[in-house]
Amino acid sequence: MARVLMKGCEAIAEAAVRAGCRFFAGYPITPQNEIPEYFARRMPEVGGTFVQGESEVASVNMVYGAAAAGTRSMTSSSSPGIALKSEGISYCAAARIPIVYANISRGGPGVGAIQPAQQDYFQATKASGNGGFEMLVLAPSTVQEAVDLTYAAFDYADRDRNPVLILADGVIGTMMEPVELPPMKTDEEIAAIKAGKAKWACTGHQLDYANRAWIQPGQWNTQIMQQENEKAAALYASWEKDVQVEEYLVEDAEVVIAAYGVSARIGKSVVDLCRAAGKKAGLIRPITVHPFPYAAFDHINYSVCKAVLDVEMSIPAQLVQDVRMGVKGRCPVETCLCSGGNIMSREAVLRAVDAILDK
Amino acid sequence: MEKIYSRTTTIQEDKVSGFCPGCMHSTVVKLIGEVLDEMGLVDKAVMVTGIGCCGLHMDYIAYDTITAPHGRATAVATGMKRTSPDSLIFTYQGDGDFASIGLGESISAANRGENISVIFINNGIYGMTGGQMAPTTLLGMKASTAPKGRIAEEHGYPMHMCEILNQLTAPCYLERTSCNTPQNVIKTKNAIKKAFKNQIEGKGFSMVEIVTSCPTNWGLDPLDALDFIEQKMLPEFPLGVVRDR
Amino acid sequence: METNLCVAGFGGQGVMTLGKFLASAACDATEKNVTFFPSYGAEQRGGTANCFVVISDGMIGAPLGDVMDDLIVMNGPSLSKFLKTLKPGGTLFINSSIVDEKDVDRDDVKLVKAPVTELALEMGNAKVLNVIMLGVYVGYTEVVPPEVVWDTIEHKLGKKPKLLPLNKAAFEKGLELGRAQK
Repeated sequence: MARVLMKGCEAIAEAAVRAGCRFFAGYPITPQNEIPEYFARRMPEVGGTFVQGESEVASVNMVYGAAAAGTRSMTSSSSPGIALKSEGISYCAAARIPIVYANISRGGPGVGAIQPAQQDYFQATKASGNGGFEMLVLAPSTVQEAVDLTYAAFDYADRDRNPVLILADGVIGTMMEPVELPPMKTDEEIAAIKAGKAKWACTGHQLDYANRAWIQPGQWNTQIMQQENEKAAALYASWEKDVQVEEYLVEDAEVVIAAYGVSARIGKSVVDLCRAAGKKAGLIRPITVHPFPYAAFDHINYSVCKAVLDVEMSIPAQLVQDVRMGVKGRCPVETCLCSGGNIMSREAVLRAVDAILDK
Repeated sequence: MEKIYSRTTTIQEDKVSGFCPGCMHSTVVKLIGEVLDEMGLVDKAVMVTGIGCCGLHMDYIAYDTITAPHGRATAVATGMKRTSPDSLIFTYQGDGDFASIGLGESISAANRGENISVIFINNGIYGMTGGQMAPTTLLGMKASTAPKGRIAEEHGYPMHMCEILNQLTAPCYLERTSCNTPQNVIKTKNAIKKAFKNQIEGKGFSMVEIVTSCPTNWGLDPLDALDFIEQKMLPEFPLGVVRDR
Repeated sequence: METNLCVAGFGGQGVMTLGKFLASAACDATEKNVTFFPSYGAEQRGGTANCFVVISDGMIGAPLGDVMDDLIVMNGPSLSKFLKTLKPGGTLFINSSIVDEKDVDRDDVKLVKAPVTELALEMGNAKVLNVIMLGVYVGYTEVVPPEVVWDTIEHKLGKKPKLLPLNKAAFEKGLELGRAQK
């Protein structure tokens, strides 16, 4: 398979098309405009549908409708736009409708900065809408990984009948990198996926009250509502098996960098620089930021590790709270942060590592 | 003996309606069922309901249904119809849903000429939440959030959705009907039939605005509510076909 | 071996295209890792434009760093903005038509000059200045084989074949200038 140079946003869109996504609705916002623009060109070629919604709110609900009718469907946005979509995402979670969406995140809060940031960690992992639902949240750190995770996201979404979030940032979204694209699902495969949803999808059924499709993002009956929430909780608990994490040179590390997404690739290059200089650094990179790979922090040798360094493009730090839960007080947790659309620099991380090692 | 009327197959007999006595939602839901029966569309039907009293019948209809977030029914219907063009996709929305919180979705879906049908229930008040002011509340009409009645200087004027949508090029059919008399009930049923027929024929966006009563929140008994429709609502919301092309 | 390059200039000078051509060539015809990262702002037109290209035998961490191995500046404001990021011993490529050599206030960097604005005008199309500069850069550094870069340009311009002879001439002019200053 030949590699091609692709922009992150376009690669995410192409991976979705190849996974069988045949409906996309979105609304312009920087830095993710290349996603809707790519779908606008690409969907007609594969018999799919692209709609530019009148708002983020409308777009996510178009996706809710298309997915509720059985089609693999996607939307995307960036931070403030994702906030607007949160109601629709909560509805999808409550009604158990599989959708995939991407947040190419930028600075915040408010309108923030249009440049890259990782300010949406809590929003993505803790409360993507009202009601305490959970989602698999996948955080790529390369364009290739963005492709692979987007492709897989549709399978996860269908398996669980639940939304899946691709949490990327403006660097991953706008940079170009060589990728190998996954195989294109055939029309037959896509039809089979849709047919597999025929029982619950709202497309019309033979008259039979008990077997109609009734998509309910809520319940009037409190007992049934509780049962639905208990079923959802059991689903979320089952995701332990889906945790993905990269552990890099952790075992003997005197300092372990904890980072996800673009900060993690920068952190990994710092580990390489350190090791080349005889300094024992390592990296823990959550790929699923929800569920979080807490167990990876048990692999640190706390008798030699001086500190875990949380590296993220967010002020105040957010990831650090999960890192602390993983470390459980076994060593100090320090931070190396930037924000506002400024991109994490390798030199800044290197200085932070050195400061820990020199203590 | 010849059978001239039977109950619609689309309503589950052992389920109880959640509607108040005298509420016309039940009339309209029955009419929709009858139209689906007569047109042979029950197995293609998907009702997209809004939030509010317009969702209270979901437990007793026997065809496919989905609840949209408040105001977003036409967006949900857009996604459904675009990906499932052989289904009959219609929304069922109240005035708060269609004309207030969902105004952007309503106008935009109409402007795109989405091939869907909208059943819009205008009773001039928020029902489920307890009688708050709607965009269609009449001037002078009291609401729990307008205790002195709707005042133009403070609240603006009742919104006329048929006329607003008539400013757009794309919609194919806009009609306002009521259910306050047997004749008007029959006209409403015919209007619903036409809206569905337009969709089957691929003609685009149809909307039937149905002026109904809310005896509970109007503070009137059901019969007085019929008079209120005739004397107060219909002068503000005149019945008739606003567009048919 | 890793090369960090920053390309900076006015919007409209083809700075992004220069970076993308180079990154595409590295992707298409080498086994190396490569990243292209455009900086972006709110304005659609005017102002400065810059992008970063990293070509590496190993894994690439940051697609843009604090310290550049090479810097291409197409206008004066970009020189004052980015010269401080060039590492000691790094190479500075200037569009000497409009960037004054006297403004280069560092003596710990190598300087490669090419009057690409004038050369492009002489060739009859002001727009090819970026292709000339790409030629200069590739001719001087050989970070990617020149013939591979030309293949990429030819492929990318495939839909506008009548532009090919001009671009070919521009690229070769650049190569010649770059090689001459090695």
